[in-house]
Amino acid sequence: MAEDISRIAAAPETVEAEIPVTASTPLLRVDGVVKTFGTVRAVDRLSLDIRSGEFFALLGPSGCGKTTLLRMLAGFETPDQGHILLDGKDIAPVPPHLRPVNMMFQNYALFPHLSARDNIAFGLKRAGMKRSEIDARVAEMVALVRLEGLEKRKPDQLSGGQRQRVALARSLARRPRVLLLDEPLAALDKKLRESTQAELMELQRRLGMTFIIVTHDQEEAMTMADRIGVMKGGYLEQVAIPRRLYEAPCSRWVAEFVGDINIFEGTPRLDQAGRIAVTTRDAGTILASASSDPPTQSQVCIAIRPEKIRLSRSGPASNRDYGHAANRLEGTVTEVNYLGGVTTYKVKLDSGTVLRASMANTARLDTDAYGASQRVVAFFAPDDCVVLER
Amino acid sequence: MSSRRLFARPARFAAIAPYAWMVLFFLVPFGFVLKISLSQTVIARPPYVPLFDLTQGFAAFKAALASLSADNFRLLVSDDLYVLSYLRSLVVATASTSILLLIGYPIAYGMARLPKRWQSVAMMLVIVPFWTSFLIRIYAWINILQHDGLLNRILLALHLVSTPVAWLSTDTAMYIGIVYSYLPFMILPLYATLVKMDPALEEAAADLGSSPRQVFWLVTFPLSLPGVAAGVLLCFIPIVGEFVIPDLLAGSDSLMIGQTLWLEFFTNKDWPVASAAAVLLLALLLIPLLFYERLQRRQLEGGR
Repeated sequence: MAEDISRIAAAPETVEAEIPVTASTPLLRVDGVVKTFGTVRAVDRLSLDIRSGEFFALLGPSGCGKTTLLRMLAGFETPDQGHILLDGKDIAPVPPHLRPVNMMFQNYALFPHLSARDNIAFGLKRAGMKRSEIDARVAEMVALVRLEGLEKRKPDQLSGGQRQRVALARSLARRPRVLLLDEPLAALDKKLRESTQAELMELQRRLGMTFIIVTHDQEEAMTMADRIGVMKGGYLEQVAIPRRLYEAPCSRWVAEFVGDINIFEGTPRLDQAGRIAVTTRDAGTILASASSDPPTQSQVCIAIRPEKIRLSRSGPASNRDYGHAANRLEGTVTEVNYLGGVTTYKVKLDSGTVLRASMANTARLDTDAYGASQRVVAFFAPDDCVVLER
Repeated sequence: MSSRRLFARPARFAAIAPYAWMVLFFLVPFGFVLKISLSQTVIARPPYVPLFDLTQGFAAFKAALASLSADNFRLLVSDDLYVLSYLRSLVVATASTSILLLIGYPIAYGMARLPKRWQSVAMMLVIVPFWTSFLIRIYAWINILQHDGLLNRILLALHLVSTPVAWLSTDTAMYIGIVYSYLPFMILPLYATLVKMDPALEEAAADLGSSPRQVFWLVTFPLSLPGVAAGVLLCFIPIVGEFVIPDLLAGSDSLMIGQTLWLEFFTNKDWPVASAAAVLLLALLLIPLLFYERLQRRQLEGGR
């Protein structure tokens, strides 16, 4: 597994490299799109390719422009510059009602004066389908999202989860080329959200449809999406598969936005074994496995995820300079949080910096727990460290 | 003790208050009017009989009760003068309310779509005429519409007409006056409904293939119906009983029921017939009110 990760980490860390070169054009191509509201550039020269059948997530903090991008794909906003190509045709000037794209709205936007059935049939009627075809398609959609028996109910007579399914059925009914989902699970409680995530993935795979989901919930994005685009201030900071995003973030910002991470700033150099040794002020010299291109900056960050760090009372017996324990930091445990599956620790290093570590609770009986004020050695492998140049 | 309990439960007192108000200022006076409408006119003070005088004893009270009759109502439904007045009132109210809806809806819709900070400005502009006395505003219209008034001078200056148009004392002038006066009552409930409508609903309709026209007729308009009903009733009911505007702006050849009522009361000094006309008018207006009440109840039930 470590090998696997290092292979991923060794690949060039650029956004362009994420899109494999294929002969066919992508289903959806966003090309240099700019959208300005007043003086704010909500979307700034953003380019992105989405393949047919892909489950793509746009992830970012609020105000990063992800919703604006989605609204431009739906046609509710027109880009100031750039092109949006669907099947190679520019749809930027096409009004929403003429686009083969449908959207599932954040608060569902169900028509309160229409029954669940009429909500689902709404888009089909506009498409001029025959009555019998509409009935058949509605029945199919009702079965797909398991709403049997609720067709006649008005939205206010449905529960949150049922409304969510009506909204999904309504947006799927026209069989759009691309389905846009704007925070589709934000209004559901945790348990329902998890089961709905699984349903959405299953549905997307079965229908072979292209889904683009906007979310601020990284776990949701990681769980569902084939690829994730992390947005920050109107542009895509990184586009990658979930694993790569987590294990090989392209920047300090992405590393900190996605999951928990320890970051130390320092000066890099190559050691005689070809590894990158980063001399930090707070944690001494930390070794990282070399990526394909050596660092070009004189100041870099070295990052390590908490779950990659292991604690021990005396430090492992293996060779100090090589192997999985090449990096060793000594300190005192200051905080222990038992979360069930894992326990997180805060270790105050002798430099005063706090290191976060987490370890899985693999055994039910805890014979070797660390308590506060315990002296420990935190150790981790060079393979598990990421060198970030920006 | 009981009054202390009454005030110890402000919620209960608050629930009683509107009923007490209705009984004291509506039901009791209406009882007087109803009684007068069943009386006969005489030249006396007050100008009707019988009078209930409890000092005369129970027999006199019974005799007075027996002399009440529905003759005045029979007169109202048999005499063309009154029937035509009622009809004219209904026609004028229907026509003006339709015009008000046609003008008010686009204005309310536009207001609801303005950026937030401009909405309060627009709202002020709608309300600001109320700062001037209603009568003064109607007299201002007389000034504008008269023979050498502002409107005729503008039309002449633009060579749209060669001789001054007689606006005043026509139905056109009356409709201008009514529509002008009642427009805020149409706009405000419509605006209140439209502004709280989730804009995502219109986007969803467009997303699902509706042209802008379909978005309006399939989503926006049906969802604004409560506002339409409120605006229509808020205008229709008072316009039926309108007196000042037709009296000042319309001609004198046909009268609305409010004018007829005024004539009976002040010129003919026939209080009983005037009262009967008022009672009948109220009965007529109860129909749309009950309809509105039912609509509101259905909405409340639907909202649960």
